[in-house]
Amino acid sequence: MKAKHQRLWLVGAAVLAIAVAALLALSGLRDQAAFFYAPSDVTPDVLAADRAVRLGGMVAGGSVSRAADGVTVRFIVTDGRATTPVRFAGIVPDLFREGSGVVAEGRFQRDGSFVASNLLAKHDEKYMPPELAGKMHETKTLEP
Amino acid sequence: MPALHAFANPARFLKIARPLTPLLGGLGALLVAIGCWAGLTQTPPDYLQGESVRIMYIHVPSAWLGMGGWSGIALSSIAFLVWRHPLADVAARAIALPGATFAAICLVTGAIWGRPTWGTYWQWDGRLTSMLLLFFVYLGYIALARADRERGGDGRIAALFGIAGTVLLPIIRYSVVWWNTLHQGPSIGLTRSTIDTSILWPLPIMMAGFTFLFGSIVLMRMRTFLAIAKAEARLRRRTTV
Repeated sequence: MKAKHQRLWLVGAAVLAIAVAALLALSGLRDQAAFFYAPSDVTPDVLAADRAVRLGGMVAGGSVSRAADGVTVRFIVTDGRATTPVRFAGIVPDLFREGSGVVAEGRFQRDGSFVASNLLAKHDEKYMPPELAGKMHETKTLEP
Repeated sequence: MPALHAFANPARFLKIARPLTPLLGGLGALLVAIGCWAGLTQTPPDYLQGESVRIMYIHVPSAWLGMGGWSGIALSSIAFLVWRHPLADVAARAIALPGATFAAICLVTGAIWGRPTWGTYWQWDGRLTSMLLLFFVYLGYIALARADRERGGDGRIAALFGIAGTVLLPIIRYSVVWWNTLHQGPSIGLTRSTIDTSILWPLPIMMAGFTFLFGSIVLMRMRTFLAIAKAEARLRRRTTV
């Protein structure tokens, strides 16, 4: 075998070893590396742990209600399989709306509901001009 | 690999690189200018993001070059390790700095877009974290390659590092598919795109423009490295005589 071929084999073996190591690490991280829990991921262990977590999903249509104090918002997060009621007091992001994605940072309560200390809007991969999206989504512009 | 070895001779490479550098640079600048004009004035705002969607025209090409740059380093490193191709080592070192710069532009424009869209500049989600790691890996590669050279190394350590870093590329690409992330899933696939054509069309122009500019910068840096190596060799000859 020529030295060149030997080096080629060595490099190929190294690349393969790195790929396998990465796959193993990734499969180990699969659950831990999630940025948020979806409502159907919420198991009794998660509820019992009582630590700061993130809950993500879609804001269920028609579920957003504002309390009389003007800052408290209640809504339901769904992932199509399970739902979680969420309470949040504060300023919601501009893109927060029914039918859109949301990530809430906070804690689960004993009854399975979620109290958020911060809300992030999750944008989906669809981009379109306002004419196509219809009147329900008014675009904000800088013009007065 | 006869095709590759045709360029093993630096003189032949320089003969091609010399006219190609301004050609790619000029073409890239022209396309970026057209893409900026189209992206800033000719496309509609997005129905949800509003005008901030235009950041995409810088963000996506930067992400592509940040990752494409590392693919270039990895391929050059393999060519250098296996075939001892003398220009491959020069190419890998020349790609590192512009690659790191575009990875940084990707991170910064993403943060600027994230503030109005998500409500945060930074979150430790899978996509953002893995892209930041790639940026750090670039910095590590630059430091390692420089240190290796200064101590008279043959560049093999840096080439191995260049191959090992490739692990990050599929992680970045599929992070939004494998894990729950704040970053949205892939918009552009091989055959379809979830971005409406009226918003999408300046993006390929910008991608091509950025890529040509990147190629021009890399060729420029390769020529610089070759010139430095030539000058150093001359100085060495003079001191030994």
